[in-house]
Amino acid sequence: MAIVSQVIGIDIGSVGAKGVLFDGSIAASAIVPTGWDMKETSRSLLSSLAGGKDVTALPLVATGYGRNAVEGARRTMTEITCHARGVRFLHGEARTVLDIGGQDSKVIGLDRSGKVVDFAMNDRCAAGTGRFLQMMAHRLDYSLDDVKALSCDGEVQPLTSMCAVFAETEVVAHIARGVPREALLRGILRAIAARAAAMVTKTGLTEPLFFSGGLSRIGSLATLIGRELKTEVAVHGRSPLAGAIGAALIAWEER
Amino acid sequence: MGPIAAIVDEVRRHRDDGILQIKEAHEKGIPIVGTYCGYMPWEIIDAAGAIAVSLCAKSDEAIPAAEEHLPRNLCPLVKSSYGHALRGSCPYFHFCDLIVAETTCDGKKKMYELLDRIKPVHLVQIPQRQDRPEDLALMKSEFNRVCRRLETLTGRPVTDEALAASVALRNRERRGLRALWDLSRRDNPPLTGWEVQEITDYIQYHFDKKQALVWLEGVTETLRQTEPERDLSAKPRVLVTGCPIGGVMKTLKTLEESGALVVCFENCGGQKEPLKAVDEAKDVMGALAEKYLTIGCSVMSPNPHRMEALERLIDEYDVDGVVEIVLTACHTYAIESHSIRERVQSLGKRYLAVGTDYSPGDREQLATRMGAFVEML
Repeated sequence: MAIVSQVIGIDIGSVGAKGVLFDGSIAASAIVPTGWDMKETSRSLLSSLAGGKDVTALPLVATGYGRNAVEGARRTMTEITCHARGVRFLHGEARTVLDIGGQDSKVIGLDRSGKVVDFAMNDRCAAGTGRFLQMMAHRLDYSLDDVKALSCDGEVQPLTSMCAVFAETEVVAHIARGVPREALLRGILRAIAARAAAMVTKTGLTEPLFFSGGLSRIGSLATLIGRELKTEVAVHGRSPLAGAIGAALIAWEER
Repeated sequence: MGPIAAIVDEVRRHRDDGILQIKEAHEKGIPIVGTYCGYMPWEIIDAAGAIAVSLCAKSDEAIPAAEEHLPRNLCPLVKSSYGHALRGSCPYFHFCDLIVAETTCDGKKKMYELLDRIKPVHLVQIPQRQDRPEDLALMKSEFNRVCRRLETLTGRPVTDEALAASVALRNRERRGLRALWDLSRRDNPPLTGWEVQEITDYIQYHFDKKQALVWLEGVTETLRQTEPERDLSAKPRVLVTGCPIGGVMKTLKTLEESGALVVCFENCGGQKEPLKAVDEAKDVMGALAEKYLTIGCSVMSPNPHRMEALERLIDEYDVDGVVEIVLTACHTYAIESHSIRERVQSLGKRYLAVGTDYSPGDREQLATRMGAFVEML
């Protein structure tokens, strides 16, 4: 039997599907929108990872919300375990992981060796997730790049409702009153940061804190979370891939 | 089919026998008394010559009807109980003559006011503390009131002799169920948590108690002596606590499908009530009040008995992790979960709290939580 020199990790999230080709380090990676057909999503992810080669025989571990839709997966693992593994690959010291993705947010506590010892997830509610920010930004006619470019210091219009539907109503009322949209966006980001910080505190913060998931790309949000928790917040440019990396690491160990 | 599989199969085939038994009893003129809670003294109902039956509260389908009168943001168990009554979809409710209910949580207490319009409700005032003489005195006087109310219904006096006989029978059931559950203390238990629940439910809904106990004791003996057909010894061992799970069996299913083995249920329907027996050496009404008062329900403040029970069961059942099920809008269990988490983690065990309701919409989210918890163990 040939020595397996490459493995694949796939993380099908609610908004984005992520894939990593791993050979001891990250040989290739891809991110595509999840769409409605997860089987098709995983196929297109595989073909962009393959770069024309046949990768169907490579060991594959799938994770994320759509993990059971991935064809050819050797095994599936939950995104909690895979995220934890992937984060430790990106940041070897991380003890607490805050992950805010498209439809859920979670906090994972790790021991010194990187093993998951506790976790919490938001229950059946979009408040404070990527979807929440997306809805609010859309209402303010902001793109993701606009959100990323915003400085977190300046006028703030606090947001009191965290329910995605009620918050939108509140935002509309503020727009009608003529509140500047920068101030509204800051209020929205602060509300997300406060909620995330409370979730971290509830689970228990052990430093260093690592912030992953799609929302970790928004620098001002990381800053606000750090201020709330009075701690440094580590981020990594490849953290959206953490789940896929973790899945690949598991496949790599078991190859 | 091996002997263990045969027992489980028998239980599944006879799942609905209880409904026929209650119908027959009703047709013979035996009074049927409905209850909704482990605080209700089965012994008094039995001693009065009535049949006690736990009423339907487990179905999601009954909830839309309930929401015509009740707020949406209310515990699904409370809504389901009321919805079944309102739309006549609980056969046990249909045949029952009286409901003996209790002031445990606010949701139930106020729902019973509306339920009383459909069927007569006798409401038992449960004290909210367990440790003072006046709490015990209130429990005893409330239980005396239950006796008087039932005597009016059945026309039969509740004598100390009848009570003592009922206590002995119920204690035998408590011992019998605990002996069955104790089989899960083994390294390789004969039954999964799901199967234990099925057998427990069967006993609860078999109304010829003596016959059911003979069956239960025989089955437990068979299970004790049979080499298990499966090897469950490698699975992480989980204790389930929190709210009753009858309406959220999806949580148990998902937990065990994720690879865990539920070896102990601390909640209602599990060890909560049968853990302590009634002291047969004492004055019977005093002993009944004393026993029921010590139930470790989160409506009690403080609630030391639940903590004690948890510590004991975690140890006895050699548990790796504790999963707490919190039904939507169950404030007392939701708040208490903070202390439970601290206590469980201080024992070096893993803990997961899951909030859910009767709708099937969170299956995937449950699978992620349960799966990650099992991967953690």
